[in-house]
Amino acid sequence: MTLAATPHHVGSRIAKLYRIAGPFSLILLGLVLIAIFAPLIAPNDPNSQNLMGRLKAPGTEARGTLYLLGSDELGRDLLSRIIYGARVSLSVALLSVVLSGVVGTTLGMAAGYLRGWTETVIMRLVDIFLSIPAILLAIITVAVLGPGFVNVILVLALTRWPRYARVAYGQTLSVAGMPYVRLARAMGASWPRVLLRHILPNIIAAMAVIATLEFGLMVLFEAGLSFLGLGVQPPTPSWGATLSVGRNYVTSAWWIATFPGVCLFLLVLSVNLIGDRLSEYLNPKTR
Amino acid sequence: MTEPTLQISGLQVQVGPHKVIDGVDITVQPGQIVALVGESGSGKSLTALSIMGLLGGKLRNAGGTITLSGTPLEHTSDAAMRRLRGQRISMIFQEPVASLNPLLSVGAQVGESLVAHGKADAGSAWSRAVQMLRDVGIPEPEKRARQLPSQLSGGMCQRVMIASALIARPELLIADEPTTALDVTIQAQILELMRRLREQTGTSILFITHDLGVVASLADRVCVMYGGRIVEQADVDDLFDNPAHPYTRMLLATIPRVDSPRKQPLFSIPGTVPDHDDWPQGCRFRTRCPLAGDACLQTPPLEPKAAGHLAACWHSDKVAGMIDHG
Repeated sequence: MTLAATPHHVGSRIAKLYRIAGPFSLILLGLVLIAIFAPLIAPNDPNSQNLMGRLKAPGTEARGTLYLLGSDELGRDLLSRIIYGARVSLSVALLSVVLSGVVGTTLGMAAGYLRGWTETVIMRLVDIFLSIPAILLAIITVAVLGPGFVNVILVLALTRWPRYARVAYGQTLSVAGMPYVRLARAMGASWPRVLLRHILPNIIAAMAVIATLEFGLMVLFEAGLSFLGLGVQPPTPSWGATLSVGRNYVTSAWWIATFPGVCLFLLVLSVNLIGDRLSEYLNPKTR
Repeated sequence: MTEPTLQISGLQVQVGPHKVIDGVDITVQPGQIVALVGESGSGKSLTALSIMGLLGGKLRNAGGTITLSGTPLEHTSDAAMRRLRGQRISMIFQEPVASLNPLLSVGAQVGESLVAHGKADAGSAWSRAVQMLRDVGIPEPEKRARQLPSQLSGGMCQRVMIASALIARPELLIADEPTTALDVTIQAQILELMRRLREQTGTSILFITHDLGVVASLADRVCVMYGGRIVEQADVDDLFDNPAHPYTRMLLATIPRVDSPRKQPLFSIPGTVPDHDDWPQGCRFRTRCPLAGDACLQTPPLEPKAAGHLAACWHSDKVAGMIDHG
């Protein structure tokens, strides 16, 4: 199938994608665009403090700066911090999903196809990881590695890969029993070839659904870690950390906790709804 | 005499302590079509997988020799065995549609064994695949090669599978009930195709089936299998005319005939195939055999009853008169 990349085809492909992903994908798209173009959109420097303009209500102006969504406890523009915070939330979630997805899928496929002791070792490891509370594992790991952007991603990948491994394992078991895998082996395909060419493409849809749902979870996880002070460190703007600070001012400056919370809510909601629609679309029983 | 393409002797396959294949001997001469016939559970498919080196799970090869055109296979390493598959031995299966990867184009799948063995790059494998699709009688092969299996009919998918099995010109093709899932007209076309490809390429075929009609129209020689053993082996006409084993005789009697009286009930063999962990001592057919006697408690050897006609029965001489009608 060689589709020429004419405008018409691009248009119809986007239309098809939109049909699958649904209207809530526009929220995700909007947030992604905001994250990418943050320096162009943000009205102020997210880290420039203005102690005379602390805790200003949304829409007020202080010393020549308009605080559209108000200011935080150090007089930083909340809107700009939220805009830059989208970068942290989305990039941490994306990178941790990719990392845990690749690791988990690889191990799960190996366990499901090679069987024997490989299966025993990997799947018992999965059981062990799943039996440790995720937040506990995260706290221990951060305590060892120290907090920070890269470490948050590593922590999230470490706690979440077993989920992908479980699904990839089950899917691989069922696909490996398909007649076309038997035929590929009868044609002399080596096991890496069978896995990459015949099994992976047939389980990737299921993995994509898991990854989408995990993405929403990762956003929340990052916010949670940052809320606890174990995630991205100040002054880097993060929704979770801003939420945590805003908790102290809920009665006097409600906006500090509210707006990052609304953003988190919208992002996770849209991602989860896309995940639901994707799984419905890919499931032959409901299509 | 030339070297046989495939020579199996004394093949045994075990699952745990039980022998599911217990001493199978089959010889396939170059260019010959040998049919392996038997009921479900008689061990036909296991014999095939054993030749391919694809026994999985708890099954293991427990004895006997397999020789492919002079190359002994029983001590071949897994990696070397893999290099033989698709190159010197190929196999096709029933369920043609499910046997093709739903996400790969037909052309890519036909060329698969060339690419997998590094015999061709993707481009030349593609053009050879298109040629092969033409050879197996698929119209508009250039267009079809780009399609997915779901866009093809069952009969076409079986042609595609045959094309992918034969593209590397293997010496031996093992066909495991390739026509079972197809309707009768398509079945006839596929059989005709296999006959034609045998003429053109000289590939030997081991054809596994339970359909004696297919055997009669395709095979040169027939091996009848029962309970993990070969019970009779003969040229096809000889086997149909003078069966020397009661099981073969009764199998033939199950074929409905146009000239039998209208009210006569269809013949069936009483009982079912016993499980492999519950085989009777001696001749394994003795519990269902009308000729069985005390001698049958001893295992009968597979021995010549006539020129080129082997059977494993103590009472071969009585087989001809055992069913008065039919």
